[in-house]
Amino acid sequence: VSRLPIAWALFVRLLLLSLIAVGGVTTVVPDIQRYVVDAEHWITATQFADAFALGQVAPGPNMMYITLVGWTIAGWSGAVAATAAMVVPPAVLTLMVARANTLSPGTRLGRAIRAGLGPITLGLMLASGWILATSVDRHWPGYIATAVTIVVVMRTRWNPLWLIAAGAVAGVVGLI
Amino acid sequence: MIALGAVYQRFGSLPFAQAALRGMSAVAAGLVLAIGLKMTGGLQRHWRVWLFGALAFFAVGVLRWPLLAVVLVLAPLAIAAAWRDPPS
Repeated sequence: VSRLPIAWALFVRLLLLSLIAVGGVTTVVPDIQRYVVDAEHWITATQFADAFALGQVAPGPNMMYITLVGWTIAGWSGAVAATAAMVVPPAVLTLMVARANTLSPGTRLGRAIRAGLGPITLGLMLASGWILATSVDRHWPGYIATAVTIVVVMRTRWNPLWLIAAGAVAGVVGLI
Repeated sequence: MIALGAVYQRFGSLPFAQAALRGMSAVAAGLVLAIGLKMTGGLQRHWRVWLFGALAFFAVGVLRWPLLAVVLVLAPLAIAAAWRDPPS
């Protein structure tokens, strides 16, 4: 079976999503998850959560999880399709907006857009975290690990990589 | 990243790797939630701001409505509401 049609379908869907991804690639987690896991059954919810976790570990921007999702679904063609779809439209859009902003900075509309979209972005981000925490069939130690992470991140300045490493260790020794 | 993906594909199904990933993904979910919660500290103290944030969370996270529809409905409303704000 050729993987190119799948890569193409992924590309088109992510292209649309990336244009409305207010607040970055974390906010599109719910939709990508529903598309590749629930609708198309290309990967499982666990594979998706794994890809997201690995994307946090890898160097570079945390949008890399999308590359990994594409790779898991359709190999090289999937990785390239997913990455290009997520990078190109926002880059073009950003250039256009930056240009408009330079030509007329601090307009009323620009201010209203920033003030209006801010809270929506945060709501979507929390929705992504919620789905990552609940989509996988976890048991209560998993939820406790998620809760402990929240407390630690809110209260300390520890590097998130150490937290993920601690999560890996806790998993291996059977705590989670 | 691709190297990581290749390693995952090769070894991801081993019990050892699955156990590690189970822990890592639980922590990763916590990271996203924590960053979102932290950023709420920067929001204006206004009921409208919290209303739009809560609506976006509930519609997409709990009801699992499509992002496109939610953003297309909420964004214009939120921008229109913010339009009347005095300049800060």
